[in-house]
Formats: sequence, C-alpha cells, structure tokens
Amino acid sequence: MANAYDEFIKGIWKENPVFVQVLGMCPMLAVTNSAINAIAMGVATFFVLLGSSILVSLFKNLIPKQVRISSYIIIIATFVTVADYTLLALIPEVHKELGAFVPLIVVNCMILGRQEAFASKNSVGLAAADAVGTAIGFLFALFILGSVREILGNGSLFGISLFGPHFEPWVVMLLPPGGFIMLGLILLFFNWLTEKKESLIKNG
Amino acid sequence: MRTDKLDKKQDNEPSPFKLILTLGIAGLISGIAIISIYEVTLPTITAYKAKVLREAVFKVLPGVIRIQKFQYADGHLQENNSDQNNDQSLYAGYNVDDALVGYAIPADGPGFQDTIGILYGYKPDLQLIVGMEVLESRETPGLGDKIFKDADFQENFKALAIYPRITMVKKGKKSSPNEVDAISGATISSKAVVKILNKSQEKWFERLRKSE
Repeated sequence: MANAYDEFIKGIWKENPVFVQVLGMCPMLAVTNSAINAIAMGVATFFVLLGSSILVSLFKNLIPKQVRISSYIIIIATFVTVADYTLLALIPEVHKELGAFVPLIVVNCMILGRQEAFASKNSVGLAAADAVGTAIGFLFALFILGSVREILGNGSLFGISLFGPHFEPWVVMLLPPGGFIMLGLILLFFNWLTEKKESLIKNG
Repeated sequence: MRTDKLDKKQDNEPSPFKLILTLGIAGLISGIAIISIYEVTLPTITAYKAKVLREAVFKVLPGVIRIQKFQYADGHLQENNSDQNNDQSLYAGYNVDDALVGYAIPADGPGFQDTIGILYGYKPDLQLIVGMEVLESRETPGLGDKIFKDADFQENFKALAIYPRITMVKKGKKSSPNEVDAISGATISSKAVVKILNKSQEKWFERLRKSE
C-alpha cells in the first residue's frame, strides 16, 4: 500500500509531468487561457491516462513487445475519442473552447511515456496509482497556469470578474507569448525551490 | 557475446501472424468502442446543435414566434422540412399575425484561427440586418471571442444597413447605418464577420428581393 502511495505522490510533486519533466507542453500552453478550460483539459487527460494505464497493465503479457507502441496508441486513441464525444455531449460550451486540443491528447507524450515507462512493467494497482498521481500533477499545473493567465489577462477567475470595471486587462497573457512567459516564470520558481531545498540538505 | 544476444532475440521473435492478430484485435475492439460512444452521444449532440440553431433564429429575428426552413433551388425558395442543412438553406420567421418578419441566414467564412459560422437576421423589405449570432468560432479567447461576448459589438448588428455594403470603422467612429464599430484588439475577427456578412449578402440579396 505504501508503495502505491509513493507512486501516487511522486507524480504530483517530485516528478510533476509539467514542472519537473516538462512534458505535455502543447496542451499546457494552448488551452490554459482560462481556468475552466485548463480544468476540462486536465480532467479529460486524467480519464485517458487512467484508462490507458489500467488496460496496458492488464494486457502487458499479451502484447508482443514489437507492436507495443502501436497497441498503446490504439488504446490511448480509443479513450481520447470516448472523452471527446463525452465532452461534446455533456458540456458542449467547454468543448467548443478546447477545440482541436481534445483529439490532440493522443499525442501527449506524457501519456505514452507513462505506458512505456511504468504501466507496461507494473501491476494494475501500481499503474493506476501512478496514472492518478501523474494526471493530478498535470491538472494541478494546468490549473495554476490557467488561473494566473485568466486573472492577469482578463481580470477574472472562472468567468467571475475580480477587480471591477476599472481593471485594464493584460491582454498578452491570453495570447501564446503570455503562456510561454508565465510557464517560464513558473519553471524558474520550481527550479529555485528545488535548488534551495538541495542546498539546505547540503548545509544541514 | 553479440551473436548470443542476436540468437536469443531471434528465438523470442513472435511470428508475424501473432503481431498482426494482436493489432487486429486491438483495432477491432477500439473500433467497436468508438462506434458505441458515437451512437450513444449522437442524439444528444444533434439535439444540442438543433437547439442552439433554433434559439439563435429567435434571437436574431426579434418578434418571431414561428419559423420555417426554406431551401433555395431552381431560382426560388422551397419549403424544406428535412434535417439536412446546406449552404442554400435559410429560415423564415413569422410574427403573431403570421406575417413574414424576415429571414435568418446562416453564413460562414474564415476567421483568425478557424471558420467562423454565424446566423444573422435580415429584413429584405428594409434591407436591414437586425441581429447576429455566432454559432461556431475558435477565435482567440479573451480577444477574438468578443465577436460573440462583447455587447457593444453585438449592438452593431441590431440595425445595420447593408446598402451599399457593410464597412468596418475604428471603435467609436460609427457614423452611418452601414458601418460596424470594430473591437479594439480583435480587428481581424471583426473584419471576418463583416466580410462573411457582405459575402452572404452578395448571394442572397437578389434572391430575396425577387421572392418579395
């Protein structure tokens, strides 16, 4: 059990897919111009990652290693299509905002990476714990970037205006350059944290 | 050492038949799953699209209580009660006295990022656009999406003359009824909407005048 917990927690912080592994940058930059889009993207990715990890782990002994990548992609693409249609049927407004980026979850290297590096070598329980941890880590990162960009670029959070009518929105935050700038700053902050922690351990 | 490894690898090599079978089964299961989810969600998705379109028709034609779909073919408008839509369809709106108020016309064209699909209300007797709704757009959130979120921009289309043609001016410079105030920061998206309207009018103006 402690093992599963370790696998779960590492994805959120120590091996966070965005802040530490710098994976999944395409959706990270593209859909984080508002908090709600970021969360919808995070939840869709969560579903795809968890579903694929469980299936890959279940069938790991049946899939010949020569065709494993193709098999993983088939599994991932199926889950993505399911997620795409479900979003379209349940919350069409959000689906409209996410646009092409839901189908593009297929090529999120974070997901294929977890299958190849973890799910295909571990038991179903561990694979699920790892998938949930990684997906929450991804959701957390998307949410941070999405809310910061929405607050600075639109003066609102979840569409609720925060600063009143006199706030002059910082429009560049909503555009692609704003995404890069903000992501850079957040990565800087995380590296600074890690460095500080390391130097503390060294000196202490 | 090297040959050892190679030999061993060849021993473990599964037959091509097994590889094909694995991928075939995976593809088959995947196909079934995708078809199922498509079939399950299709009614909801179609119903939603139809609902959005109906609501939009009532919004762009104020005072309308009944709508009828028409199709332009062989030089005149024909009633069309099927679910099929194409670029020759439009909706006529009737008021309480069952008199024609105007037409709701779907139109689309390229925007800043992807196709913008709109529906606008048009009164052929006054040669006036009386409302505009964006049905489909992937414009930049926070900027281009103001074409359907910005109330000031929407206000332009409450009484917009189409004669001689619709032109776009800088925000706050609107002085004649055929001008549209652009959204500052979303000039391309504003221009795209104006262009779509002009293009659609080129197609429908004569046709609707004849059917008067």
